[in-house]
Amino acid sequence: MANKMKKEAKVLSCGLLADGIYELWLETPFAKDVVPGQFVGVYPVNKATLLPRPISVCEVDAERSAIRLVYRVVGSGTAEFSLYRPDDYIMILGPLGNGFPLDKANGKNVVVMGGGIGVPPLLETAKRLTDAKVSAVMGYRNSETFLSDEFEKYSDMYIATEDGSVGTNGNVIDALKANDIKCDVIFACGPMPMLRAIKAYAGEIGAKAYLSLEERMACGVGACLGCITKTKEIDDHSRVHNARICTDGPVFDADDLEM
Amino acid sequence: MNTKVKIAGVEFKNPVMTASGTFGSGMEYSEFVDLNKLGAVVTKGVANVPWPGNPTPRVAEVYGGMLNAIGLQNPGIDVFIDRDLSFLSKYDTKVIVNVCGKSVEDYLEVVERLGDQKVDMLEINVSCPNVKEGAIAFGQNKDALYDITKRIKEKAKQPIIMKLSPNVTSIAEMAKAAEAAGADAISLINTITGMKIDIYKRQFALANKTGGMSGPAIKPVAVRMVYEAAHAVNIPIIGMGGIANAEDAIEFIMAGATAIAVGAMNFHDPYTTEKVVEGIEEYMKKCNVQDINEIRGIV
Repeated sequence: MANKMKKEAKVLSCGLLADGIYELWLETPFAKDVVPGQFVGVYPVNKATLLPRPISVCEVDAERSAIRLVYRVVGSGTAEFSLYRPDDYIMILGPLGNGFPLDKANGKNVVVMGGGIGVPPLLETAKRLTDAKVSAVMGYRNSETFLSDEFEKYSDMYIATEDGSVGTNGNVIDALKANDIKCDVIFACGPMPMLRAIKAYAGEIGAKAYLSLEERMACGVGACLGCITKTKEIDDHSRVHNARICTDGPVFDADDLEM
Repeated sequence: MNTKVKIAGVEFKNPVMTASGTFGSGMEYSEFVDLNKLGAVVTKGVANVPWPGNPTPRVAEVYGGMLNAIGLQNPGIDVFIDRDLSFLSKYDTKVIVNVCGKSVEDYLEVVERLGDQKVDMLEINVSCPNVKEGAIAFGQNKDALYDITKRIKEKAKQPIIMKLSPNVTSIAEMAKAAEAAGADAISLINTITGMKIDIYKRQFALANKTGGMSGPAIKPVAVRMVYEAAHAVNIPIIGMGGIANAEDAIEFIMAGATAIAVGAMNFHDPYTTEKVVEGIEEYMKKCNVQDINEIRGIV
């Protein structure tokens, strides 16, 4: 695995994708090492802030040594990020965590499922799943279906919206069922209720699910023990049922989690 | 130029340590920092048995710092000795083990297990604000502090540092109680109890409701308390609380600390400890300080 580093990254481009959803392309020396599902810690410049903001990598462009971050503005830190412009520099820590186990999908029907701001990391995931039959099911609140057109390049794309304005009216599982999508392996990222439902559904149909979790974190490197998740078995590091999302995850085998 | 400092007969190559709980046992940060360059690694608190800690969310950012309520999650002394201490033994740095417990007996069990280990000092955590039993209960009452210090000192094979809480009326009284009971040194400050409320969710930011505040915002409180403690006792002090750079470290030393520890700022910048070591040397050159010990308590 690539060594982690905290380093300045150059903003190559930026943009607004949907209401409150922004993107940044950053040039960083570790871009080529990033595995889909990994994340970076992004530091606001504001001196009153201490902690890096964990943001998943949406896409990698190895040729430009660049990563793409797609994030929602939720507080003062992400609001600051949305003001960055090309040629600005920003501090990032990465690459962090473990990505999706892409080899588990080889030769199988794989479905990448994202909900809301959980959608972005699945784009690079879909792109790299070249040895599988890839379907993508993405859930949104409304017709602001950011990134959905880009998934079409790498997968059969299906959409679920909470207000029914696009695709299936309902959640990602509703869309999966409505479109009768074949599913041996699921890679998913999104809010906890969605991930719980995916775990239960995968259990019902006998599919394997790998879930990317989110939690408030401080260090991002496994030292502070802030971002733990409950696991079925006692894990090797904590010796209690607490895996660290930042370093043992953020992607976990759904069977290993107590959700 | 001399950066070596001595505490209870233990010599440290420089006064820069890690604050317990912010650095694991050094493993995670060894990817960023050369542990050999640090005065000491102070480990995350370890108890006699594994502790699961508190529910999440366990951390929240606040202006100029953060709150944590990890709740002393730790793998227990057996795994700690096998894994963490054997990892640290590969490095040329001093090892200080932070010890926690729910009862005096818990602390004594850990202290005795560490007796024959390659550990330079023990730091006794009587100041964690995030667990219901033990810890801070011993650190907010001077008689309880005196009692536990005395009982641990009787059993400990290594010199002991009592880690004091800022959540008290008089830090000087607590420092005196630790000294009177035989503590070899004191470290301060642990985190300041705080609270954050998410006004949109109408709930506490931390599952534990309260948490310990750390980070640059608490530094002036910590410097003042180190100064007061230094004037109350003759045992050495390890100062900490919001140290972000060498200038901050020098402030603590001038307030009376023999050594200093970097805490929450490790989360901001994983290279902080090494930068503080280098920055202290630069300061000494620039300000013509031959021996770091000459500026201790100089104000």
